[in-house]
Amino acid sequence: MNSKTIEGASRMRRSSRSEGPGQSPAPRGASRLGWLGLLPFASYIAIFLALPTILAVSSGLFDGDGVFTLDNFMVLVNPVILRTFLDSAWLSLLTAAIGAVTGALVCYAMLGLREGGPIRSAVDAASGVLAQFGGVMLAFAFIATIGQQGVVTLFLKDHAGVNIFENGVWLYELPGLILPYVFFQVPLMVITFMPALTALRPQWVEANLALGGDRMSFWTRVGMPILAPSFFAGVLLLFANAFSSYATAAALVSQGSQIVPLQIRAALTSETVLGRENLAGVLAFGMILVVGIVMAAYSLIQRRAARWQS
Amino acid sequence: MHHRMQRSMVVAGVSAMAVALALSGCSSSGAPANETSSTATSVADFGTFADLESAAKAEGQLNVIALPRDWANYGEIIDLFKSRYPEISVNEQSPGVSSAEEIQTAKTNEGLDTAPDVFDIGLTVALQSTDQFAPYKVQTWDDIPDALKEESGLYLADYGGYMAVGYDSSKFDAPESIEDLLAPDNRGAVALNGDPTQAGSAFAAVALATVQSGGNLDDFSDGIDFFSKLNAAGNFLKLDVTSATVANGETPVVFDWDYLNAGFQTSNPAWKVVVFPGTGIAGYYNQAINVDAPHPAAARLWQEFLYSDEVQNLWLKGGARPARMEAMIQAGTIDEALADALPPVPEQTSVPSEEQSANAGTLLGEQWAAAVQ
Repeated sequence: MNSKTIEGASRMRRSSRSEGPGQSPAPRGASRLGWLGLLPFASYIAIFLALPTILAVSSGLFDGDGVFTLDNFMVLVNPVILRTFLDSAWLSLLTAAIGAVTGALVCYAMLGLREGGPIRSAVDAASGVLAQFGGVMLAFAFIATIGQQGVVTLFLKDHAGVNIFENGVWLYELPGLILPYVFFQVPLMVITFMPALTALRPQWVEANLALGGDRMSFWTRVGMPILAPSFFAGVLLLFANAFSSYATAAALVSQGSQIVPLQIRAALTSETVLGRENLAGVLAFGMILVVGIVMAAYSLIQRRAARWQS
Repeated sequence: MHHRMQRSMVVAGVSAMAVALALSGCSSSGAPANETSSTATSVADFGTFADLESAAKAEGQLNVIALPRDWANYGEIIDLFKSRYPEISVNEQSPGVSSAEEIQTAKTNEGLDTAPDVFDIGLTVALQSTDQFAPYKVQTWDDIPDALKEESGLYLADYGGYMAVGYDSSKFDAPESIEDLLAPDNRGAVALNGDPTQAGSAFAAVALATVQSGGNLDDFSDGIDFFSKLNAAGNFLKLDVTSATVANGETPVVFDWDYLNAGFQTSNPAWKVVVFPGTGIAGYYNQAINVDAPHPAAARLWQEFLYSDEVQNLWLKGGARPARMEAMIQAGTIDEALADALPPVPEQTSVPSEEQSANAGTLLGEQWAAAVQ
């Protein structure tokens, strides 16, 4: 669900760049049948995004016997569930912030390289791949490198005398998710923020210089104000990305179901506490609410950011 | 996220298949399941055992679900069935899913020839899902103790064992009591197989900690306290246990059923299994036939096969205690070398009742996450 939202969003932002205002309007005859072109994508969205969402959320409106009820929604004020929503939120916010700042710095560094040059192409390509590198593969990569028997852990222990798990094995706790999440957040930020940075025109720098500004004043007066909407849009996107991420946490943290997607799994698959399947729909509804608000904010900010990118 | 995407793909794939089947007038799924086969409650309803075999061969398929090949020797058992009945192709569906998901799969696939024919499920789920089962009594029904079967044959225990602690003997000393696990040399070492609010094995581990700490199963608080102490000592490792984590040493001390712990010996030859003396927690998995089984005769043949002497001994080979074990010991058909290799039985055995399980589930739901944070 999540990756699709993101792909859709990033596709929109790219298309808003290339087909923004200023292009000639479509020919008359085409406009009548133009909606046909939308049909494949719209039906794809309807079948794979809208329908499953409706089914999932509506399952929360019934009890185990299929009778309509709103009681399931009481789970949203249950202290354990509230706690997981909070944990999910801070984890997502923190990794979004780290990912956004680091990603923006990487983008800034890449500006100094020739567009289409080998390093920049390599970073571009790697970001595209690593932004989708999550789940069991990512968890395995972390267990193999910085798990208790990981190569890095053992190397540090044997050669540097440093035990990274001196105070307990944090990798399999909630804070242990920060590092793996940042691992896919940074590349996602690079993908989404790079177009905004490259849209900064050299002419603006020259105009700033011509008007007596310096490097500093360019960034404070021109660069940052123009980039701010794109940057915050990136933060929101990263937040949504982390908030709905499931498989990495599922493979890494086995106890406590501390984030919402893991609570959904528990409600659906538990073989020890039965009859909570319908609560999963309510939890999904709670997540959709949060992600919906974030995505609405994202598109508002993005609209503002798009002004400078045409 | 990847997982969830795959899920919706699977659902879509299944519905696409349903559409395809409907369009082709169900020609591919063959004749509707034989009425006799789907209501048969014993071999007698087929005639003879040979009649059951030929009915199953005519169906040509068997869908099993949630049977990991490294679980209680299921790999060898399935392979034996395949070689004995080459006419029947065995579809091993979703080996990693939970008992609850087995029932859900049966419900979502109802009427399709992809629905599971047979279940292998924990007792809690079995008790709640009896309307999904078809009653059937295998030929060796009388050998199974009454406590291990539902009287009409809706479900019956197939194999079980005791909650045990497995450990890498090349790095750790044998724990003599559960308290030993709190010692500092077990730092970051002790893992559960799953979360007790979800997985039967982890649930039984908390039950074991409860009775071993002097509590009783009416109140799991003592067990939760134990894991809270284990966590505070820095010894609790919150990674799911698999044969891979045992092989690379990431999870060196593991609470799990004795037969699953015994299975880890193939991943780590130094792996040893301890069942603590005093009160033990026993648990049996249960076998049941899907009431809507698309291959009802094959499902019943599979059950007869599982409760034969040969396959009961195969479970024993996997370190599990088969349901007919007592009777087979008396009849002299048990594999004695394998039986002697099992860890000794504790003086007392407890099994949580349905009510105790339900209360414990509620308590764990409220307290577990906070207790081990």
